[in-house]
Amino acid sequence: MKRNRMKVDIASILVLLFAAGAQVTPAQESHIGGITGEATRGRHLYRRYCVGCHGPLGDGRGENAPWVDPKPRDFVTGTFKCRSTPSGELPTDEDLFKSVTRGLVNSNMPPWLPLTEQQRADLVAYVKTFSSRFREEKPSAPVEVPSEPAADQQSIQRGSELYQKMNCWSCHGKEGHGDGPSAQTLVDNRGYPIPPFDFSAGTRFKCGESNQDLYRILMTGLDGTPMPSSSSALTPAQTWDLVHYLRALQINAKYSKASSPPRTGGSVALNKQLVRRPEHADLF
Amino acid sequence: MFVFVLGMLLSLRPPARAIPAFARKYDLPCSACHEAWPKLNDFGIAFRDRGYQLGNEKDSPIWQNPSYWPITFRITPQWHRESSSNNVVDTVPGDPALGQTFQNVTTDGFDFGGLDIWAAGTLYKDISFSVLPSSDSSGSFHFENVFVRFDNLLGNRWMNVKVGKFELDNLVSEKRMLFLSNNGGFYQVYHYTPFREAQFLASNPLSTQVSTAFGLGDNQLGVELSGHSENSYTRYSVALLSSNEGNPGLPNRTYDGWVSFNHGFQVGKVGVQRVGAFAYFGERPTFLNTSLGAPVLGEGLGNKSFYRAGLTGLFYIKKLDFSTVFVHGWDNVFLGTGTAANAPLPVGARAPTWNGGFIETHFTYSPQLVFVQRNEFVRMSRQVFSTDPHDLGDVDAYSFGLRYYPFMFSRAGLALHAEYSLVRAYKSASPLPTSASPFGPDLRTSSVFFGLDFAF
Repeated sequence: MKRNRMKVDIASILVLLFAAGAQVTPAQESHIGGITGEATRGRHLYRRYCVGCHGPLGDGRGENAPWVDPKPRDFVTGTFKCRSTPSGELPTDEDLFKSVTRGLVNSNMPPWLPLTEQQRADLVAYVKTFSSRFREEKPSAPVEVPSEPAADQQSIQRGSELYQKMNCWSCHGKEGHGDGPSAQTLVDNRGYPIPPFDFSAGTRFKCGESNQDLYRILMTGLDGTPMPSSSSALTPAQTWDLVHYLRALQINAKYSKASSPPRTGGSVALNKQLVRRPEHADLF
Repeated sequence: MFVFVLGMLLSLRPPARAIPAFARKYDLPCSACHEAWPKLNDFGIAFRDRGYQLGNEKDSPIWQNPSYWPITFRITPQWHRESSSNNVVDTVPGDPALGQTFQNVTTDGFDFGGLDIWAAGTLYKDISFSVLPSSDSSGSFHFENVFVRFDNLLGNRWMNVKVGKFELDNLVSEKRMLFLSNNGGFYQVYHYTPFREAQFLASNPLSTQVSTAFGLGDNQLGVELSGHSENSYTRYSVALLSSNEGNPGLPNRTYDGWVSFNHGFQVGKVGVQRVGAFAYFGERPTFLNTSLGAPVLGEGLGNKSFYRAGLTGLFYIKKLDFSTVFVHGWDNVFLGTGTAANAPLPVGARAPTWNGGFIETHFTYSPQLVFVQRNEFVRMSRQVFSTDPHDLGDVDAYSFGLRYYPFMFSRAGLALHAEYSLVRAYKSASPLPTSASPFGPDLRTSSVFFGLDFAF
C-alpha cells in the first residue's frame, strides 16, 4: 500500500514537473522561422548589448536610462509598441525580433542587424523572461494586412478627410507636423512626455517603413503611448486611405521595395506647402 | 644592428583604439561595439562602416547635447621588463680593446605608454571625421590619423570616400589588437623587412631623408573608396596612397595602392565567420637627387616596386575566436640590396621574397575577461644572396596574456593587462667584431608587461 502510494506521489511530482516545464519553456525560447532562440544564450548577449539601457532586471532602469530620451522599454510590464497583434496583446516572437533587427528610429535603440539571426532570436527569448505575461498569456493571431489598393488622388482625398474626422490632427497637427493642440500634453504609460510623429520630416516609423507597416500601426496602435488602435473605427479600405494620405505628407520619403509609393498627383501641391522642420518622432 | 632593430620595434608599437566618447554619445557600453576593447565585434564593425553612425536618425550633431565633446584620451601606466639576448658588450666595461662577448641585457621598471587624444564623430549626417594626435611616452606628438569621410554617397552604402591619414581597412587590425608589450604589441608580419634590407636601412643615410620603410599596420595618407553590405558582413576597400608611409609633407612623388575585400557568413549557432584578401603595392626611391653633391631632400629618384598580398580570417567558435593572417612579401632587388637604381647590382643579387602569418586566439570568458595568445612566424622563401643562410632573418614570435575589465560602463574603460611575449629573430644579432661571419647568432627578445590600460 505504502509502495503504491509512493509510486503515485512520484508520478504526481513528475507530472507536475513536466507541466511546469511545459509552461516555462515557451517563455525561455523564441521561434522565428526555423530558428529557435534560447534564453540561456540570450542572457549573455543581453549583458553585453542591452543591460546599459534596459537594466539587469529588464525594467528599463539601466545605468544610462536617466540620460536616454525616449526612455528604454520596461520589459517587465510586457507592453510593447511594435506588434502585429491587436492592442493590449503580447507581441509575437517575430515582432520582437523585427524590433531588435530594425531598431527604433529616433530613439537610442539601434538596429542590431549585425548580430546573427540566432543571436537576435536568443535575445528575444531572454527578453521574454522578464515579464510573467509571456508565461501566462499567448499572443493573438497577427492582424491581417489586406492587399493595398491603388494610392490614387481619390484615396488620398478620402484619407485627408479621415485624418480630420478621426482627430488625428489634434496630436499630429493639421499638416502632420506633430504640432497639434494636444501635442504638448502627451505622456506615455510611465508618465514621460512623448511627442507625436512629424510626418513632414520623418521617413521611417518606429515600427517599420513600408505602407504595410503603417497600416499595421494604425490597426494595432502603439501600446504604452497615446496612439490608439483604429481597428474598430476604420474599415480596411479606410485605413489604406489614411495610409496613403499620411504618405503624401512625407515630402522626404524614400520608399522601400516593400512599399508602393503613393501616386501623389494632387498631393504634390500639398507637399509643396509643407515646410521642413526638425523631426520629433516618438508617437509612431 | 641590434639597436636599429630594437628602435624599430619600439617605434612600431601602435596605440590601440577604443572610443569612450562614442559610448558616451550613444549611451552604449564598451562591450556593444567591442568584443573586448579595442577589438571590434560585428556590431562595432558595422558602426564604423556606417561612419560612426547608429542609423537611428540621431547621428547628426544637431541631436547632441551642446555640452557633448567628442574627445577620448588613453594612456597606460605600466610595469614592464624587457630582455634581449646576444648583445655584443665589452668584456671589460670601458675597455673595448680587451675584446667583446655576448651578453643578455635585461631592464625593468615602472613606465607609461604614449597618450592618445582622439576626437571622432559626425560633422553632419553622413559626414564623419577623426583626428588623433598621439604622443610617445616623452610627449612628442604626431598625428596618427586625420580624416574626413563622406558616407553613403548617393544614398549608397557601397560608396564611402575617406580623405586624409587613416588605417588600411584590413580584416585583422593591428590598431585594435589586444597586446601592448614592446614585443607583442605589433604584428611582425605587418612590418617585416628582410635582414639584408634592414641592414641597408640602418646604415644608409637615404633612410633618414626619404621614408623607404613600409608597414602594413601603419596608417597611410591618401583617399579611400569603401563599401559594405547592410550588416557589414561583406566589405571592400580601395585606396590610393602617397608613398611616404603616412608622413606629412611631400617627401616622395609616387603613389601606392591598396585593395581589400572580406566577407562574413553565418555558420549555424557558431556565429559569423569572416574571410578576406588584401594587397598593397607601391614604389620607394632608391637614391636622392643631389645639388652640388648634397642630397635634395624630398627628391627621391629611382623608384622600385614592392608588394604585400595576403589572406585573412576571423573565425568564431562560441567563446573562442581566431584571427588569422597570411602574408606574402616581395621587394624589388634594388630595394632588397639597398642599391641605387642607377648603380650596378651586387653580383648574384635576387629580389627577396618571404611568407608569414599568425594565428591569434581570444577566449572571451565574458565581456570583462579575455585570454589571448598569438603564434607568429615569418620565413624567407628567397634570400637576397643564394649564399645566405636559408633562415637568415626568419622570425618566430609567441605572446600570451589576459585583459580584465573590472567594470563595463558607457562612460569610460579600464583594463588590467598582463602579457608575456617572446620573439626569436634567426641569425639577426650582431656578430662579434672578431667573427669572420657577417651574421650573428639568433636574437631573442622578450617582454613581461603589467599595465593599467584606461580610456576616458
